Amino acid sequence: MGVNEQLVQNVAKEVGERGFLLASADALVNWARTGSMWPMTFGLACCAVEMMQAGASRYDLDRFGIVFRGSPRQSDVMIVAGTLTNKMAPALRKLYDQMPEPRWVVSMGSCANGGGYYHYGYSTVRGCDRIVPVDIYIPGCPPTAEAFLYGMLQLHKKIHRTHTLSSGWGVNGIRPRTILG
Amino acid sequence: MTLETLDKLEALLAERFPALPRERLADALIVRVEPAELVATMTRLRDDPELDFKQMIDLAGVHYPDREPTMEVVYQLLSVHKNHRLRVKCAIGEGVPLPSVIPVWSCADWYEREAYDLLGILFTGHPDLRRILNDYDFDGHPLRKDFPVFGRYEVRYDEKQGRIVREPVELERAYREPYRHTL
Repeated sequence: MGVNEQLVQNVAKEVGERGFLLASADALVNWARTGSMWPMTFGLACCAVEMMQAGASRYDLDRFGIVFRGSPRQSDVMIVAGTLTNKMAPALRKLYDQMPEPRWVVSMGSCANGGGYYHYGYSTVRGCDRIVPVDIYIPGCPPTAEAFLYGMLQLHKKIHRTHTLSSGWGVNGIRPRTILG
Repeated sequence: MTLETLDKLEALLAERFPALPRERLADALIVRVEPAELVATMTRLRDDPELDFKQMIDLAGVHYPDREPTMEVVYQLLSVHKNHRLRVKCAIGEGVPLPSVIPVWSCADWYEREAYDLLGILFTGHPDLRRILNDYDFDGHPLRKDFPVFGRYEVRYDEKQGRIVREPVELERAYREPYRHTL
């Protein structure tokens, strides 16, 4: 049995089971998604200043297609940059709910990761993952612009691992993110 | 303030307000006022051409749990023209309202809201006495000494209810009192 015959059999099996064949459409989708990650501007404290540094000319997030947006409805990623307080928590969740899927959350800095300096305070949420599901945690108080940029590139890697269109469920042990939630 | 201006101001106060108890602390002059005379005294301090305290720089509340009365409000006054300052203290019992000084200095509005929010000091005659920093339905006044530093509740998002819910505080690591130096 030759290699070509095996391949033909595989393709025939795939088409037979599903009725269609997808090969590198996922790569295209992931390329498009990572190429224009538009974060929602959500600066809460000093971390926001480092986020602005990363957006300014020296680190220049624009070259990764990262452009800050003022509206959750135009955003793919929410960067929680700073201390999340009890009073702000409902607003943060509402903005997250308004973002179209697929959406990602980056928790930036100690306060957003786990309460940080204000962990034993009376008005702080002890980690923004109690309010929204977080994809990437960036440590630091505040993280440097490099650390923040590294976190965003880690998010790119994470997105490249997803197979939204092909592969069905559980191929290679990776479950794709659902599009329609 | 220089000692010269301080002496001048103290002599002036002794002449205009002989009944007020005065106190010197480093380069500050402190007077204590009874709540009933607060607004009248403050108005005179502002309008007297020699004293001329046209500005209230700050208003702060203090909680002294082992003192009676337990609450105190501290006003910092400034005269830009005369270049002197005065600290006015007014002690009140817990839950006893204090007359608002908004008619004297309109900037007192948010300061009094802050003192109410963090310490529960009430001000009569305040047009809009609600919380300014904490959530509007916050429970308690966090700068009181008997308030637990980690709060009474914490919030999280509940997937089933689809909203933010409040729960009693559960700390994974208990709060430790910071080390205190013994002198």
